[in-house]
Amino acid sequence: MDAEIDSAAPPGKHWEIEYRLLIEAIYQMYHYDFRGYAAASLKRRLRAAMVRFDCRTLSQIQDRLINEPGFFSALLNFLTVPVSEMFRDPAYFRALRERVVPLLRTYPSIKVWVAGCSTGEEVYSLAILLREEGLLERTLIYATDINPQTLEKAEAGVYDVDRIATFTENHQRSGARSSLSDYYVAAYGRAVFDKSLRRRIVFSDHSLATDSVFAEVQLVSCRNVLIYFNRDLQDRALRLFREALCRKGFLGIGSKESLRFSSEAGAFDDFVREERIFQKRDPS
Amino acid sequence: MSAPSLAGRVDAIVIGASAGGVEALMTLLPPLSESFGVPIFIVLHLPRDRPSLLAGIFSRKCHVTVCEAQDKEPVRPGTVYFAPPDYHLLIDEGPQLCLAADELVCHSRPSIDVLFESAADIYGPRLLGIILTGANEDGAEGLAAIHAAGGITVIQQPDSAQVKQMVVSALIRNPGSHVLDLHGISALLRTLERDVAA
Repeated sequence: MDAEIDSAAPPGKHWEIEYRLLIEAIYQMYHYDFRGYAAASLKRRLRAAMVRFDCRTLSQIQDRLINEPGFFSALLNFLTVPVSEMFRDPAYFRALRERVVPLLRTYPSIKVWVAGCSTGEEVYSLAILLREEGLLERTLIYATDINPQTLEKAEAGVYDVDRIATFTENHQRSGARSSLSDYYVAAYGRAVFDKSLRRRIVFSDHSLATDSVFAEVQLVSCRNVLIYFNRDLQDRALRLFREALCRKGFLGIGSKESLRFSSEAGAFDDFVREERIFQKRDPS
Repeated sequence: MSAPSLAGRVDAIVIGASAGGVEALMTLLPPLSESFGVPIFIVLHLPRDRPSLLAGIFSRKCHVTVCEAQDKEPVRPGTVYFAPPDYHLLIDEGPQLCLAADELVCHSRPSIDVLFESAADIYGPRLLGIILTGANEDGAEGLAAIHAAGGITVIQQPDSAQVKQMVVSALIRNPGSHVLDLHGISALLRTLERDVAA
């Protein structure tokens, strides 16, 4: 009888059940809500976690999650994606510089929200860009993420020196008005970014899945975060961005992300279409 | 080995290629007619730092719709989707397309393994996976995942590949795969087309 039940349920089915149970356990125990994440990419990272933690099944991961203190913070690093570089997609930053900055300049004080800032590369890129444009001293950048460990790294602003060549090339292609080396000190294989940039940045724990709007901002930059969400969660995040943005505020998303399949599409107009920069539409 | 019968067995096709891939795809895709009813997802390794021209190039040569994959786009039958440069392409429930900026896999983003493994999850035994010419080991694991899910695996005959490394790696990892030259693969795809038309 058991054998029959076994053969009736292909392994994929078990995986599906185990996946849902694990996501639910994470939510109930730690209040991190991955239920609205795109399953395809999350499952891939969970497979990597199974290899890393030497677990044969997701149920074994779940057992450790529930019964082993500290396991969740290790697992969280597999569930979030800390892959970024400074000035990634230089054309995006060039478009911010040439098209958005002139309008930001008209505000006496500027607020920017980098949502899903991970280890901080995008935050420092924006800070440097705003410094170059003479705006950083009247800007406050909110940098938020769900992973406290990556937030800590972001706040430290320390990166491997072997990544600096790429960062520098990207920076130059973004229409740089200075040299990236003006903003860091390199020692012992690491580049430590200037503390004065950090004075204008507030790092904070915030979830696009469960938290609400905390400030009014002129610019939201949220790149390669929405691709990890399903459509409902994308809609929720975009709703937060719309609510956070001031009248005619700007939203920048990843170069392969779009609002096309979102219920919030009507809330934004193309501003720099090819760089996925949108402007909040006035309610008609 | 003779060509497998695809009669009514295939809901989707995934193709992976690297060096020499554009020429190989030029043999495979243009003959497909407008009534080709199966979606095709393709990872072709490209430079990560500039836009891809593939969708435009193949659109002009093909009867089927060819486009660059967009995140959260629902899968349409008879459409060819190319993974965009610097993003992994995955198939998610729906089925719909899903992009990811995760770390490189086999030095590649997009990675063939990532596409194949996610498509195997969604389509299971109703997936056809094809590995073409290339200078990399990407795709060997993905093809194994398709096989494990009961899908059909095809590898380009190494002597007919412009660059052999990718097909040889795939073959070592998946010795039970069907091995066909480009004309064999092309004939196989067109068989599928007749099934759809019938």
